[in-house]
Amino acid sequence: MTAALRFDPIRLPEKCEQLRKEVRAFLAEEIAAGTFDPHKPNREDTDVPEFSRKVGERGWLGMTWPKKYGGHERSFLERYVVTEEMRVANAPTRRFFVADRQSGPVLLKYAPEHIKMEILPRICKGEICFAIGMSEPNSGSDLFAAKTRATKTDGGYLINGTKIWTSSAHIADYMIAIFRTSPPTKENRRHGLTQFLVKMKQPGIKVNPIGQITGQYEFNEVVFTDHFIPDDHVLGEIDGAWKQATSELAYERSGPERFLETYYVLTELVRAVGNNPDTRSAEGIGRLVAQVHTMRRMSVSVAGMLQAGKEPVVEASIVKDIGTIWEQQLPHRVRELAAFVEETATNRETLEKQLDFATKTAPKLTIQGGTTEVLRGIIARGLGLR
Amino acid sequence: MAESENIVAETAEKIFADLADAQTINHDKKGEWKAPLWQALTDAGLPLSWVPEDCGGSGASLAEGFSVLSAAGRFAVAVPLAETMLAGWLLAQAKIISPDGEMTVVPASPKDRITVSADGSLSGRARGVPFAKAARHFAVLASDAKGSFSIALVDAGKCRIESGLNLGGDQSDVVTLDKVQPVAIKPAPHGFDQTRLLLMGGVARSLQIAGALESMLEISVRYSNERVAFEKKISKFQAVQHNLARLAGESAAALAAATSAADAISNATSFNDEVFLEATAAKIRCAEAAEKGGGIAHQVHGAIGFTIEHILHRYSLRALAWRDDFGSESYWAVELGKRVCVRGADELWPLVASR
Ligand SMILES: Cc1cc2nc3c(=O)[nH]c(=O)nc-3n(C[C@H](O)[C@H](O)[C@H](O)COP(=O)(O)OP(=O)(O)OC[C@H]3O[C@@H](n4cnc5c(N)ncnc54)[C@H](O)[C@@H]3O)c2cc1C
Repeated sequence: MTAALRFDPIRLPEKCEQLRKEVRAFLAEEIAAGTFDPHKPNREDTDVPEFSRKVGERGWLGMTWPKKYGGHERSFLERYVVTEEMRVANAPTRRFFVADRQSGPVLLKYAPEHIKMEILPRICKGEICFAIGMSEPNSGSDLFAAKTRATKTDGGYLINGTKIWTSSAHIADYMIAIFRTSPPTKENRRHGLTQFLVKMKQPGIKVNPIGQITGQYEFNEVVFTDHFIPDDHVLGEIDGAWKQATSELAYERSGPERFLETYYVLTELVRAVGNNPDTRSAEGIGRLVAQVHTMRRMSVSVAGMLQAGKEPVVEASIVKDIGTIWEQQLPHRVRELAAFVEETATNRETLEKQLDFATKTAPKLTIQGGTTEVLRGIIARGLGLR
Repeated sequence: MAESENIVAETAEKIFADLADAQTINHDKKGEWKAPLWQALTDAGLPLSWVPEDCGGSGASLAEGFSVLSAAGRFAVAVPLAETMLAGWLLAQAKIISPDGEMTVVPASPKDRITVSADGSLSGRARGVPFAKAARHFAVLASDAKGSFSIALVDAGKCRIESGLNLGGDQSDVVTLDKVQPVAIKPAPHGFDQTRLLLMGGVARSLQIAGALESMLEISVRYSNERVAFEKKISKFQAVQHNLARLAGESAAALAAATSAADAISNATSFNDEVFLEATAAKIRCAEAAEKGGGIAHQVHGAIGFTIEHILHRYSLRALAWRDDFGSESYWAVELGKRVCVRGADELWPLVASR
């Protein structure tokens, strides 16, 4: 089994380096134009439709998808470069990120042709926003406890129940959700869930905001009351969504966004410390850089596996597990070192504000996208322990 | 560096499997396993992997040699294979022909200096030199008053050696050179300095640590599937599963960091900041993994893993000991941190994302 845990030292091809330059130049232009401030990860509005459209125009959405759906048939490694540059710059990616990473690939695999033709090109243009409707008030880690019902009716289904913690539901055009179409069976408690494409802003859907401890507003409660979904919006197998939903999560787990969410505090610490660090600061920074470097090398390696057509479920879970723990610890480690920063450091205030925000962000990192304990269960299964 | 494409590493792996079985070694109190193993390694040309054929070696590539070290780590072999390989590599930098037999490199720690006088004799003291007592020759890096580096081949018999042991029970000695005349001495290539030697050694140790962690993961998983407590295999307890998942993460991180650094050095055209980052990060990350991963492996094994009879310590203590050779993780973290700060905040991400 251990032989499968190899993270080969993938080197990004020259093409990627060219692309990286283009992305950096684009982001620099946007920053100069005031579209966003890279030093303010805590800005109020992370949804900037104008920015989203521009990213689409550049050809950086749906990068790996077929051209006939508006995609660009480029590699996972190229997509990787775009994602990490956006993340490191704190670019406002809310509108397109989930659609590009996760929902689009699900539609590509399971949606009927006419829906693919209708929606995928618009994702590529950066026009539409997706939400993921998995969690429910009594079903988070235990996805298969979901109760929101889809009852068969003429030409479709009627939905009743509540989804929760749904990121971006308030701005989303669509949601990919799982609903209960039959009860679980004795033999298989995962049975009975079906994946649907939900058109938001329709009758029978109410989105209620939920505030977060960071002061931001990202996630929501979504209440369905006799909301109608037509038959052709069923995605994949009736009652068999568990396979689909769990493979969808693999896309969510190993990307650069899984270890770079609080990265900005490290850059700001280096700025505050200046060119001539004392020993303690130098050591602290060195250790943190070694960590982020290693995480990135692992994450790039997983992108290489995806590009080679492999399904690195265990590897992706490992990257998510140690990646989120790393990004969760980062603000605390930076805080320890920030205590020694000179009063005169010009960016002292920025660093403090960033630390404040990153420290408030940290608690969610090991929860979103599957909690650490559940991921470790997946890794344990990969090791042959269950 | 895929194993299947690498016949050198496969040869090494086979020799270790035949002659360096951890269980056998652990029970052989007299160390009788050492001579046949060293003979087989020598017959296969492995100790001089990194020495070109015209300098008396087998001329394997850097990448092939690194995978030999990975395998050596998986078997936690306590013979001076890595040390002889490094010594041969160092001598080859100056086109000095490698002699037969065990060698090691001097100095092996960043604070130690060996100096060369105008008459070509060498003086200085080096601590923590791995397998100095076992070595017949030393490959020495020395600097003169002007700071130019020379590489020398030295007869071990001409030096004073104070024996010591590292955490893993392997030789780690103090070597004193008092106006020693070398067998051969030549100038080091332009730009070659002590940092480069120590980082090469550090990457070798990183691969060995990562290999030891792979084995610790393997034997810990196996043990958890055998040991029954509370009428269950302990592998069925969620807490144990989570510990093993963390060990898998540490092992994977160490291997990723070490192989990435080996790949960077193998393909580097110059010893730039990116290579420095790769090599230092590997040593730092692998050392951290040895601490966390080794702790978990012992936890999973319960008391049995704490006994001298069990093989776990062969891996866990060596992985911990290897942290100290060629610069500890704290030392390299300071050096890396300084370099990052000199480049400045805006150059940090470009450095991290350079490959
Ligand atoms: C910022 C953020 C955004 C999110 N966005 C979305 C979204 O867009 N769409 C969506 O569907 N969901 C979203 N989620 C929900 C997220 O996926 C769930 O919070 C997560 O799956 C955990 O479920 P829970 O909150 O119900 O916790 P619970 O399932 O109640 O678990 C609580 C804790 O119990 C422990 N635990 C639970 N089960 C086990 C187990 N089997 N073994 C050991 N320990 C266990 C864990 O420590 C866990 O953290 C988001 C969450 C956050 C924080």
